Amino acid sequence: MTRYFGDTAVLARKDLRLELRARDTLPAMLLFVLSVLAVFHFALPSGSSRLAEFGLLWVAIIFTALLGLGRAFAAEREQGLLDGLVLAPCDRSAIWLAKGIATLVFLALAEIVALVAFALFFTPVGWATVAGVVLADLGICAVGVLLSAMAAAGRARELLLPLLFLPLALPIVIGGVGASVADHPGRYLAFLALYDAIFALLAWASFEYVVTE
Amino acid sequence: MIRAAGLEKRYGLKRVLRGLDFELQRGGFLVVTGPNGSGKTTLLRLCAGLALPTAGTLEVEPDRSRIGFAGHEPLLYRELTVLENLELYGRLYRVPERRERIGMLLERFGLWESRRERASTLSRGQVQRIALCRSLLHKPDLLILDEPFAGLDDDGAAILDRELAGMRERRTLLVATHDPDRIAPLTSGRLALA
Repeated sequence: MTRYFGDTAVLARKDLRLELRARDTLPAMLLFVLSVLAVFHFALPSGSSRLAEFGLLWVAIIFTALLGLGRAFAAEREQGLLDGLVLAPCDRSAIWLAKGIATLVFLALAEIVALVAFALFFTPVGWATVAGVVLADLGICAVGVLLSAMAAAGRARELLLPLLFLPLALPIVIGGVGASVADHPGRYLAFLALYDAIFALLAWASFEYVVTE
Repeated sequence: MIRAAGLEKRYGLKRVLRGLDFELQRGGFLVVTGPNGSGKTTLLRLCAGLALPTAGTLEVEPDRSRIGFAGHEPLLYRELTVLENLELYGRLYRVPERRERIGMLLERFGLWESRRERASTLSRGQVQRIALCRSLLHKPDLLILDEPFAGLDDDGAAILDRELAGMRERRTLLVATHDPDRIAPLTSGRLALA
């Protein structure tokens, strides 16, 4: 177990270091989420409901995540590096976990900016929204990294990832919006936690089959 | 040791390898030759565990932790330095005395001076040398090299000649090349793919 988490730490550190050097993903995510929220601010009629406002916040979060997930395996895809990781004698699910951690870091940073911007443009966010975002991030990264690896191996990868990810992200949007606007957000947060648990387990177990032929 | 019987590999409708039988004993050195598209790379990828046979059987010893592989791609992160790339693989392969081993390989392949440079700034020949260092880092029992001389200058090729001669009989070697005569004196067999 120590070995497994050691490998995960080595791989996650590598991904974070690559991003620090190349700055390919995080600046794009930050710019995107700010731009989308600014567009929504001007597009949404004044006096719109909280449901509409929070709905747009979650749309922005999902599409920002999609942007980050599209880059999750960019280095491996562009430089044929997945073979190097697959050949290494580490558990292949450690690759998934490390990519998930790195993507989670980028997404969390983008969302801190997004929630502040949302509070400025629309309405302040409560604890339930923040809790929903945290839980949603875990699910997004668990499912998204698996799908990103699948898309990286395919030909029409730019098309494949959104087509695979968006239907599976639907429960996250439902749970997230529900947690943000409901008077009793507990059951929506529980729903998000259940989604995380199920999909993290499925992605963890199936990742090996995705990266090997 | 590698033992293949009726080995076949298809990509869709295209059959790349057809009913291949061969055996490579421990400590042997098999060179794989053939024209472009004859399936050399596919065979090596099958032996490395990067692809699965469509039909037939393929037994490979040892397991992947003891296999070294250098293929067409150098498997190096362009934004990491030479040292960082080798450190990454050294950690994943749990190389004992990792720093010393990396330093020794870099010296042997004439890369010590470039150790702090990013892989993206190096020439093709230098990148190929690092790829060879990477494949040798964990002292593999089975070394699989796909066109290892590609991109190497005379100095680099001479270093590789010397390395291959030095590891003869200590390691099992499977090498695909267009220039089999170069390593002919070292090899114990040749597999010609059509």
